Amino acid sequence: MKGIKRFFYRSRGDSPFKRVLIHLVLILACAIAVYPALRILSVSLRPGNRLLSTDLSIIPKDATFENFRRLFTEKDFLLWVWNSLIITITTATIGVIIASASAYAFSRWKFPGRNAGMVFLLSTQMIPAAMMMVPIYIIAAKLQLINTYRGLALAYSVTSVPFSVWILKGYYDTIPRELEEAAMIDGMSQMGTFYRIMLPLAAPALAIAFLFNFMNAWNDYMLARIMLQKREMLTWTLGLFRLQDQFQTEWGMYAAASLLITLPVGALFFYSSKWLVSGLTLGSVKG
Amino acid sequence: MSGLTGKIIARSLGQVGSTLAFLILVIAVVEVLLYLILGKALKHRYTLPYMLIAPAAIGLALLVIYPIGYEIRLAFSNMSLRSFKNPEFGLDQAWRNFRMIFTQPVLKQAMFFPLFLRTILWTVIQVTSHVVFGMCLALLLHRPMKLRGVYQALIIVPWAIPQVIAVLTWRNEFHFEYGFINIMLTRIGLNAVSWKTNPFWNFAAVNLTNIWLGVPFMMVIILGGLQSISKSYYEAAEIDGASGWMRFHSVTLPLLQPVLTPAIILGTIWTFNLFNVPFLINQYELETSDILVTALFRAAFEYNRYGFAAAFALVIFVILFVFSVAYIKLTGGLKGVYER
Repeated sequence: MKGIKRFFYRSRGDSPFKRVLIHLVLILACAIAVYPALRILSVSLRPGNRLLSTDLSIIPKDATFENFRRLFTEKDFLLWVWNSLIITITTATIGVIIASASAYAFSRWKFPGRNAGMVFLLSTQMIPAAMMMVPIYIIAAKLQLINTYRGLALAYSVTSVPFSVWILKGYYDTIPRELEEAAMIDGMSQMGTFYRIMLPLAAPALAIAFLFNFMNAWNDYMLARIMLQKREMLTWTLGLFRLQDQFQTEWGMYAAASLLITLPVGALFFYSSKWLVSGLTLGSVKG
Repeated sequence: MSGLTGKIIARSLGQVGSTLAFLILVIAVVEVLLYLILGKALKHRYTLPYMLIAPAAIGLALLVIYPIGYEIRLAFSNMSLRSFKNPEFGLDQAWRNFRMIFTQPVLKQAMFFPLFLRTILWTVIQVTSHVVFGMCLALLLHRPMKLRGVYQALIIVPWAIPQVIAVLTWRNEFHFEYGFINIMLTRIGLNAVSWKTNPFWNFAAVNLTNIWLGVPFMMVIILGGLQSISKSYYEAAEIDGASGWMRFHSVTLPLLQPVLTPAIILGTIWTFNLFNVPFLINQYELETSDILVTALFRAAFEYNRYGFAAAFALVIFVILFVFSVAYIKLTGGLKGVYER
């Protein structure tokens, strides 16, 4: 028992056996984390006549790019990515602009209704997305927003506003007021200081908020599924689902498409993961 | 046939452009009105902050508050695919809807209470596993050692993959013959498992997938918390002769509290509401693997019982709301929300 207890904290003076054990545990964890992801790569490289096989190697011996070629020539892959991109970028831009302004108000003024507003923003996070689907679908159907980019872009941009406001407010709070006061003594207006001083200083937080908005919309399946039905409107999540549903024939192309979408998004994620985490824990840790 | 034609590009850009122009116009009108009424006429002290939050407030009112109001109204109706155009509204309809939730199957066979219990079981399994595995990995990675960065980067891979792709990939891998899990099981001499058709194993498959998906996030959050704890606490504890377990229990855990509590609350709410994993892994739509939100989705969009689904959604929301309020009251978890 003492061994288990000490296992966690003794960093110096560990026995070689213990150090090997820790590395083994971590290697096992890495393998569990990475192997299923690598399976996407191996399936995507399989030739069409061997899609269904019990081979477990990561790069198959007869690897080919056939699936990638067919994905571009036989399927609407580019169209799906385009649809997703245009909806997602619109969403993230609108969301961040709206959120950055409100967060500034929440950070700098104690106006009546401020606390209620913050609690409201927090409580919107508790509403199950599935709960909003029914009314949003029916309202969208009545406003003829089904099968439009417009409907989805508006719905997504508002749903991620509360979270962005929280992140941005937390970041604005860390920027000293003296900077603005100095600028205002020099004759700058309140909005001028917001635009010229706060926004540039808050650039990292704005980037985090943009990324959160982007990822939210980019990875959504549920809302897209009920709002988009036409073939030429599908986003990549819907397109991939269709490929994947026809299990026998399309597994290879599904894997190829997954790989092509995962690589840029995954790279972006790793590049930004440090800030993502600091954005999440911002202000919650003291000392 | 790549499908992406010039016509589609032009149409999408046109739609987005007109949407943006419309939004800018609406916001401009609102701001000018606010400025004239609050600022010029009433000389209100807080004109500027109200102008700043106006766009978000309007957006949330239209897309969150109005739909919730609409949902409550729907719960008082018998709207379905047949009566989409002219549903009947009334108290008796609401009574019928709410009574049906508890007395009749929500889908074909699944009743409300088994669904509810399964959702709780699912949430408890998930949050516990995420915290326990995340904590173990974070404590291991917090030690100074070689290859730490590499391990950390590899372990967060599941979080970096878009969720839909991760889930659909797992769904493939649960295939009876060609998924790697069954291949591995048979190679070490065990029986292959029918992950997709056996109710117990299907639920297990949903759980396994989400543990794989959720641990990295919790690990990174906990690791961030660990790194923010000053070393001097441990040195003091060591001078006082505290053992490893005592240091974990009386230094690490309390100091991790500000990070852990919100992470657990959010994790619980997210898991309770999680749609993609239980919905997509469950390829043959076994009702024995449904949780409340997936059952809600099916009731609405596969059985098209909109009025009933709206009532059902309200019941789910009340459950979550009660839980959240109770938890926050009990732990004081969100202290500091008001202070800043």
